[in-house]
This record gives sequence, C-alpha cells and structure tokens, in this order.
Amino acid sequence: MRQSFSVGIGGAAGQGVATPGDIFAKIFSRRGLHLNAYNAYQSIIRGGHTFLTVRTGPDKIATTDGKLDLLIPLNQDTMERHMRLLSAGSACLYNADLIKPGTPADGVQLCPIPVSKLADISRNKVAQNTLAIGAGLSMMGIGFPALESVLEEQFRKKEKAVIDENVNLARAGYDYATQNFKPFAWPLPMTDTRYAVLSGNAAMAMGGAAAGVKFYCAYPMSPSTGVLHWMAEHARKANIMVRQVEDEIGVINMTIGAAHAGVRAMCATSGGGFALMSEGLGLSAQAEIPIVVIDCQRAGPSTGVPTKTEQGDLWQMLGAAFGDYPRVIGAPLDIADSFKMIPEIFNITDRFQCPGIVLCDLLLSEGRLSVDPKELDFHPPVDRGELITSNGSNGHEAYKRYKITESGVSPRVIPGVPGYTHTVSSDEHDEDGVLISDEYTNSVKRRAMMEKRMRKENGIAAAVPPPQLLGPANADVTLIGWGSTYGVIDEACELLREAGISANHLPIRWLVPLHGDAIVDLLKGARRTIIVENNFSGQFARYLRSETSFVPDGNIRKYDGEPFLPHHIVEAVKEQLAGKTKLSVPAHEIMV
Amino acid sequence: MATEAVVPQAIVMADFKGKVDPDWCPGCGDFGVLAAVQKALVELQIPKHEVATISGIGCSSNFPGFIDTYGMHTLHGRSLPVATGMKMANHTMTVLVTGGDGDGFGIGCGHFVHATRRNVDLLYLVMDNQIYGLTTGQTSPTSRLGMKTKSMPFGSIESPLNPVSLALAAGATFVARGFSAEQKHLTELIKQGIEHKGFSFIDVFSPCVTYNHDNTFQWFRPRVKKLEDNPEYDSTDWGAAMEKSLMWGDEIPIGKFFERTDLPTLHGAEPVLKNGPLVQQDSRIPADVAKTFIDELM
Repeated sequence: MRQSFSVGIGGAAGQGVATPGDIFAKIFSRRGLHLNAYNAYQSIIRGGHTFLTVRTGPDKIATTDGKLDLLIPLNQDTMERHMRLLSAGSACLYNADLIKPGTPADGVQLCPIPVSKLADISRNKVAQNTLAIGAGLSMMGIGFPALESVLEEQFRKKEKAVIDENVNLARAGYDYATQNFKPFAWPLPMTDTRYAVLSGNAAMAMGGAAAGVKFYCAYPMSPSTGVLHWMAEHARKANIMVRQVEDEIGVINMTIGAAHAGVRAMCATSGGGFALMSEGLGLSAQAEIPIVVIDCQRAGPSTGVPTKTEQGDLWQMLGAAFGDYPRVIGAPLDIADSFKMIPEIFNITDRFQCPGIVLCDLLLSEGRLSVDPKELDFHPPVDRGELITSNGSNGHEAYKRYKITESGVSPRVIPGVPGYTHTVSSDEHDEDGVLISDEYTNSVKRRAMMEKRMRKENGIAAAVPPPQLLGPANADVTLIGWGSTYGVIDEACELLREAGISANHLPIRWLVPLHGDAIVDLLKGARRTIIVENNFSGQFARYLRSETSFVPDGNIRKYDGEPFLPHHIVEAVKEQLAGKTKLSVPAHEIMV
Repeated sequence: MATEAVVPQAIVMADFKGKVDPDWCPGCGDFGVLAAVQKALVELQIPKHEVATISGIGCSSNFPGFIDTYGMHTLHGRSLPVATGMKMANHTMTVLVTGGDGDGFGIGCGHFVHATRRNVDLLYLVMDNQIYGLTTGQTSPTSRLGMKTKSMPFGSIESPLNPVSLALAAGATFVARGFSAEQKHLTELIKQGIEHKGFSFIDVFSPCVTYNHDNTFQWFRPRVKKLEDNPEYDSTDWGAAMEKSLMWGDEIPIGKFFERTDLPTLHGAEPVLKNGPLVQQDSRIPADVAKTFIDELM
C-alpha cells in the first residue's frame, strides 16, 4: 500500500478553506512529497459547504482515497458531516470556542484549540485557520520554518505587521499543539525532489502556451474558467492575446478567425458551452482550419451540477456538429498529461487541418497534483503542417486551397501572402474554394471533396499511438477506463493485487481515433473485463461496442457528481468476481 | 509576412474580379454593393492580398466568392466573431465583413452589438433588403410592420429593428447608411468606412427584386436624402445622429450619420500587439519566462 497522509479541511464557502489547502500543499511539495488535492464544493459564493482534501506521501499520489488522518472543521456542519471519516490514529483539530465535537471512533484524537485565548479574534477573522495550520504541522512532525516562509510569501504584498501577526499566530498554534496534542505516528518524510503543484486548468493553459498558442478566448463557465484565468493573468508575459467573448458561439468563431489568420488558437468551455460551439466545430472541419477546443466536463444534462464532476460528454463530442468530418479527441489521463496533451493535439490538428477536442473533467480541471517540473516542457516539438507563409519566387495564380491530394491534406496559406488569394467556405466547395453548394452543384466534385477530407483520418490514426495494457498479463481482471479515471484505477489495481486479485489496466487516452482493433487484440485474452466510467449509461462502453462489437463482462459506473475513490472500484470488482452483479454503482460516502 | 519584392502596379477593377460571376437574381441590389466595394478598394489602392472579406450566410453573404481577396464564407450570423479573431491575429489586414439583415440583425445580432462596443477595426457592410431571400422570402428583423411574407402571410405584427439607431446606441464609432442605387455616394461611404480606425457600420438598402415587393428601388428612390447635402448636419454630434436615425417615411436619410475618432481600436488597445501582429510574433515562450511560470507553482 502506498504510504500517504490526508488532511481534510471543511467549512462554508467564504470561510477560507482554500488558503490552508494551498499552504499545506506548498509545504508538502517543498518537502519533496507528492500530493493530490480535490475540492468538493457547491455552486455558492458564501455559505454552503466546501470540503478540501489534500493527500500526500513520498510516492506518486494518483487520487484522494476518502480516508482522513487529520480533519480541520472550520464550522459545526463540517464536524458533523465528516467526523465519521476518522479512524484510529487520526485526529481532529477544531476551534474549541465554537465547535462541539461529536463522538469519535476509538483511537481518534480530539484536539480542541482555545482560539480566543491564543488570538485576538476581534482583529483576525481567520485566526482559527492559521492556528490550525500551525498545530497540524507540529503534529505531522514538520519544523516551523517551512510554514514561516510560506506565510511570508502568502502575505508578501501586505505590510510587515500583517506578516508578523500571522506568523506569530501560526507559531502559537504550533507550540500549543506541541505541548498539548500527540503527534501522528508517521512523521511526514522528506525527499530531495521538488514538485510543482498545479490544477488541470493551469496545466492546459500552460500546455497551450508551450504549444505556441497566440490567441485564446472564452466565456466563463465552471469548471473550465481556470484556463481563462491562467491565460488572462499570464497573457502579457506569454504574449498571448486573451479575450472574453459574449458567448461560446462567438468564442469558437473568434478562435477559428484567429486560426485562419495563421496563429495557433484555443478555447475552453464545459458541456453547455460546447453545445453552443458545435456548429463552429463543423466550420473548422469544413473550412479545414485547425483549432483546439477544451471541454471540461461537469455533471449534466443542462445546467446540471456545475461544481461536480462527470464523464458525460463523450457522445456529445463524438456527435458534435452534423455531417461526417475528421476530428481528433483526446482525454488526458492526469493533470501532468493535461499539459502534455495540448502541444500533441495541436501538432495533429495543424497537420490535418481539423478540429481537436481535449476532453477533460472537473476532477482534473480543478484538482491539484504534484508534478515534476521537468514534465512541464515549454519547448515541445511543434509541427505546423503544410503551411505556406511566404510567396517565394513562383507564380501562384493557380493556387488551390482544397487541392485533392492522396493524404487529404492541402497546403494552407496564411492570408496576407501575395498571389494566394482564395475563399474558404463553410459551404461545400471545389478545390479552388468556389462553392459547389449553389449554381455549381456537382455530385462528382462533392464526393471527391468528402473523400479528400475523410482520407485525413488515415493520417490521424497513424499519428496517434494505440493504447497499452498496464500491469501483469493474464490478470484476473482487466479494468478499462478513459481520461481522468487513470489515477484511481491505477491505485485500485494495486489494492486488488494486495488483496490477492491480480488486476491490469487499459487506460484510453485517445478517444478518436480509437484504434478499436488494437483494443480488441489487447482484450481478447482477458479473463474478465470491466469498464469503469463516471457516467450513467456507460458512454465509453457503448462507444467501444459500436466501434468494435466488444462487450465487457461488467461495468462500474458512478454518476453522483463525485469522483471514484479506489475502494469503490476494489469493492465493485470483488462483488463482480463473486458473480453478484455485472453493473456496480458505488455510493459516495463523503457528503458534500 | 516574408514576401518577394513586387514591382508596384496600379490596382485596377479587374484585380478584384472573383473566380465566378455573382449568381444573384438579375437586378438584385447586391450587384451595386459589390461594384462599390471593388471601386473603393481600387480608389484606395489596397492590394487584394491585404484584404479579407468575411461573410455569414445568405444571398449577400455569397459576396466573398465574387471578389478576389482573402475570402471567408463562414456560418449564418457568425461573420463578426470570425472577423474579430482574424483581425486580432493579423491587424495589418483590411477586414471587410459583408452580410444581410437576417444574418446580422437576426441570428447574429448579439455579435453585432459586441463587435460594435469593442471597436474592432473593420468595415461591416449589411446589404439590408428587409427580407430573407435565400430561404425564399420570410420576414426579417427589418421587415416593416404589416409586411406580408411566407412566414407571416397575414402581415408582421412585430416592429422592425432600426440598425442605425442600434449601432449608435451600441457605441459604433462610424455609422452610415447607403443605397445600392447611389453608387458614387456608396463608394465614398465605403472608402471612409475602410479608412476609419475602428468599427465602421454601413447599412445599405439593397432591394430584393424577387421577394420584397414593398421596399423596392422605386420605393426608396424618391425617399432617400443624403445627409451630405445638408451643410448644417454635423456627423460628430451623436445626439443629432440618433435623432436623424429615427426618421423614416417620406424622407429617409442616407450618408454618414456619425463618426468619432477619439476611441482606441481593439487591436490598438491590446498591449500584446505592441510587439507586432500576432501572426508575425515568435510563438515560443522564452526559457526565462517559462521558468517564472513554473516557479510560481513550486
């Protein structure tokens, strides 16, 4: 089992749950520890309930696991909701003035902090948070200087008195805990590595910058807005033009306009915004203008649950926009991969002049992961495809924008180059761009243009590697997932192996092209196959079946808005191996 | 853009002749608009490869195919966001946006208001025929109250939208109205609109000879009065422009209603473009800048 330590901090929105989370994350990552953080929150600005979990340890932490070593409830509600997650060896730090503890399980240490005695609460509204951070770190066996330097950075824009006040408060909490509470049995270790901590949204925005995106635009929509925020904040340093647009229809069309002018252009949204974009996606395909659209899935349909995760947009992506056209759809496997995928997909969309979709979800978009900074490569390979940027010395009057070629790819010119004027069009057109949708309708030409565009699918398939099976061959069970379930399935496989059930894992990173034959080849010897996905109907299972006729032995699905935890999958596999069911729907035990 | 030295040659009408002839109905108002645009480009001596002509969908939106420039025939109602993106990525291009009243004031009206307030430096030319033509004759947002069409056979019960007032209210920095039959006047307005630094809007009466039997050439001809003929009219006065824009009936003003030159264009206000057009900028993040992005996360 991976050794790990989890802190849960909960309170009402506006009580300052995020700051202690960021501080813990920074301290853990600077000790050379990996971490994974997930914030379960509600669509409310003040009030309600927010619960942030940070899990850390010396090995890769692919997911949170629902177990808590330390609970910091900032209000009574949090105490009541989450006390039951604590088991022997864990502790609960709380404001003794305001919060009454429930009855804990045996071996749980209750740690009341006399906040009004240690702090001037009339001056500092978040005194309890700072005291609890200090106390928690003492119990974890982390020296105070680590916290001191993080607090100094946190408040660096404030005057010295504010910094001193917070440092003193944290120290008071730290010292109080040292004297009064029992430290955790497992002091947090230290390694020589240092990690960057980032969200999937920041990762995708940075991946865009690394890919050479020069134009980014968006309409705010949870959980994709973090991409816009990173882009807007760093636009001037990165020399990226960032626009907030009136709606997602405007967003995709502006992206297409910029891409047509010759720059790499990107946008992000969630399912509802994507629905508005779908006609534009067809324009990108038909006019053969490469763009990348990120869809950060949230629980649908319609407004759905804006702050909750789901993998429910797959069929929308597969069917977006009418007509047949080549597209590429990737689903990053984790937050580091969210960075890496953007330059990769741009190279494909540029080479094949088609739309690319990155299918992410709230779990990755808003989660936090420790990433080795070496993985954030700002100079990845860039392939702009067949792009004419200068008129050279030849005559070009016969330039055909949609020249019929064997690969289906026709050299694209950047508007502004003399001698290459032409019209691109959403209407069907001839090789030179003249419409064949009206007076010049021509079934032979129409067929040739359809076949030209669709031939690009062969090139795309060759550019995208088939998936690979991870873990031992001949396993008792093969778990198949796509996108963000990578981490949780990986840990579930480990737990299953420890329980004597050998398990392997087929993570799907590219949804289109799927490489169905390769998948069937990998699965044909499997003893028992189970597809794990975060939606009601088994969208991937249905897709795989439609492409390959493959039907798994069982399914594990979850559609309550919360992500899978490793034990959900472990228990579901066990019940399926025991022949109890072919469809498991684990219940989420953390109430948020 | 890296280009070979080109011996400058006078730009002539033939340069802008499209690959195919327009397939508009004989007598359509759009022919006059096409000729006026080509003439304006010739008079301004703008090389065709420096011009982007971007349209939506509809009869008049077939325009880019009938003029030789860098053309873009986009989606119904979406010409303005596409044009905005293109202008932002390469602001050295002269961007013309063409379309009809259904495209611009119906399905695309939201974008019209926002492109206007952003002061995107382009010329938006609406061939306003007060009808949906390519879908064979339905009521448009500018069809008059009571007008009978296939979609409202007993007469429209909705008041029409006033494009000139709307553009003024949305903050357009250049607002004009032309008439397809007034070639010289229209050409002059187009030239001014192209030269204006900011969002230029020209609503052009471009009668549909097939489906609109109300607003015909004959109907417009005696009614249109040029603002330029009134020496007292001050096109820098927004209030006067708004007042004039509301005139409709026996006298319908055409000409330049309003222009202001004191507001920055969208590309002019964007600090990232101080380093030149986006498309010509280096797209690599310098290593020291990349390091600061990563350091923030450590």
